[in-house]
Amino acid sequence: MGSGSLVQMGLWVLLAIIAITMGAKAEDAPFAVHMFIFAGAAILALIFKARSFGKPAAETTGYLDGVVRWGAIITVFWGVVGFLVGLVIALQLAYPDLLTNIEWLNFGRLRPLHTSAVVFAFGGNALICTSFYVVQRTNRTRLALGNLAWFVFWGYQLFIVLAATGYLMGVTEGREYAEPEWHVDLWLTVVWVAYFLVFFGTLLQRKEPHIYVANWFYLSFIVTIAMLHIVNNLSIPVSFFGSKSYSVFSGVQDALTQWWYGHNAVGFFLTAGFLGMMYYFIPKRADRPVYSYRLSIVHFWSLIFLYIWAGPHHLHYTALPDWAQTLGMVFSIMLWMPSWGGMINGLMTLSGAWDKLRTDPVLRMMVISVAFYGMSTFEGPMMSIKAVNSLSHYTDWTIGHVHSGALGWVGMISMGCMYHLIPRLWGQKEVYSLRLVSWHVWLSTLGIVVYASAMWVSGIMQGLMWREYDDQGFLVYSFAETVAAMHPYYVIRAFGGALFLVGALIMVYNLYRTVWGRSPVTQNVGVISAAA
Amino acid sequence: METYTLMRHFADSWGLVAMFAFFVATAVFVFRPGSKRHYDEAARIPLKNGSED
Repeated sequence: MGSGSLVQMGLWVLLAIIAITMGAKAEDAPFAVHMFIFAGAAILALIFKARSFGKPAAETTGYLDGVVRWGAIITVFWGVVGFLVGLVIALQLAYPDLLTNIEWLNFGRLRPLHTSAVVFAFGGNALICTSFYVVQRTNRTRLALGNLAWFVFWGYQLFIVLAATGYLMGVTEGREYAEPEWHVDLWLTVVWVAYFLVFFGTLLQRKEPHIYVANWFYLSFIVTIAMLHIVNNLSIPVSFFGSKSYSVFSGVQDALTQWWYGHNAVGFFLTAGFLGMMYYFIPKRADRPVYSYRLSIVHFWSLIFLYIWAGPHHLHYTALPDWAQTLGMVFSIMLWMPSWGGMINGLMTLSGAWDKLRTDPVLRMMVISVAFYGMSTFEGPMMSIKAVNSLSHYTDWTIGHVHSGALGWVGMISMGCMYHLIPRLWGQKEVYSLRLVSWHVWLSTLGIVVYASAMWVSGIMQGLMWREYDDQGFLVYSFAETVAAMHPYYVIRAFGGALFLVGALIMVYNLYRTVWGRSPVTQNVGVISAAA
Repeated sequence: METYTLMRHFADSWGLVAMFAFFVATAVFVFRPGSKRHYDEAARIPLKNGSED
């Protein structure tokens, strides 16, 4: 405990004072709430630091796994929250009167809460936690920069709390997947830079000469998200004491910036990072090296070179110049190649070990997730074709597509990794019950299939009804009629979502028994393996 | 020339060529003769630690 700790404590005091001052001078209530939450967090950090005085320095020889353990638990927690809110808003769409009398819980506010909870809280924590796990194992070294990883973890949770409370209070920038306002964006920037430093610093002090491909995917995710987040959130606050800001871009430039961000959030947050998981955990689980390491490198470079251009396909038939729309479409179609190359690489890793799918439901979950990856990356480019998009755009088909990717690929690869990771982090050989894992696998698969097929039918029907003209040239259906026609599919979709949520609750029970089941610790945890 | 036009011309000429060349070069580099052993070894990195990780 040297002067470093005192400087840190001084910094927390300063931040708390600034936050309280800004909260006191706040021009709107949500901003005051946010500043007081921030001040509370700074004071907690201060107390935590102060309590460490006089205690012996923590052990720093093995892997830094404490932060990974917390990350695994919080991933599962936010996952359930996100799925539950998703089910609530699915029911709100089917039964529009649900919860309308409570302003904090209407659809418009819960919807960004759902998307951010599943993408950033569940997916983001899964990415941070597994990246910290994988980067240490594949480089045989402890996380760099001491306790900065802990700052990344808690700082990220603070970001989630600020974002979520903001949505419920009606604070939003109105940019899809980038709804948090300027002050929350600034905080995320700080956390993200720290995340980059920890990850990159760990790579620099690696004991393994070659950087395993999973780390490349994680690193590209971290770097690209930093770039996307900063550019898309360039905005000018109305006041430094208020939560409202306006984008520096306007009109179609603003729209394109948003969808350049939005699609690359899909490409780099929801794809590249999770491919990092695939490239570590599937070989690990199947106990076989990846099918083709060369293919994985070509996969990496082609994916990152193509994805960044695909965003304009979200703006077909808008004021965006035609050439830009075509560019977005062409690059989306080219993405078939790396996407399927990667999928084949993941699946073929099992060649010669397919029998493991029968006995190991965790591997089965991962393989099903890769199959969903293949399915949704086939569907996406197809929907980006202008002729298809003229039917699919603005309909539920898009929602079905997103969920086959998000629930199927992102959700199931993350939960598969948790089933592998969590017992090992607590010194257990395996999860409490593989039978329950099997139940979870089939419930969630069934849930996604029900969800996606309901949305296909509903979306295509919706698109066809919108474009139906009579022989006089008048539209046949009013908008309200199309909404009424979708009711049965909305109910079916909510049922699919409920199956997925039940599967997740089974996972919670299973993991709870694994961690707190009081089975004796049978394995080493966090020991850095010697060079092989 | 205004900045937008200048950047656009650069993007769809030299920028495009440079990125495409970089991409082709990486693909060729990966399949260079004698690289197979190196990559087969790299592919085994996750398996070195045994089942405890």
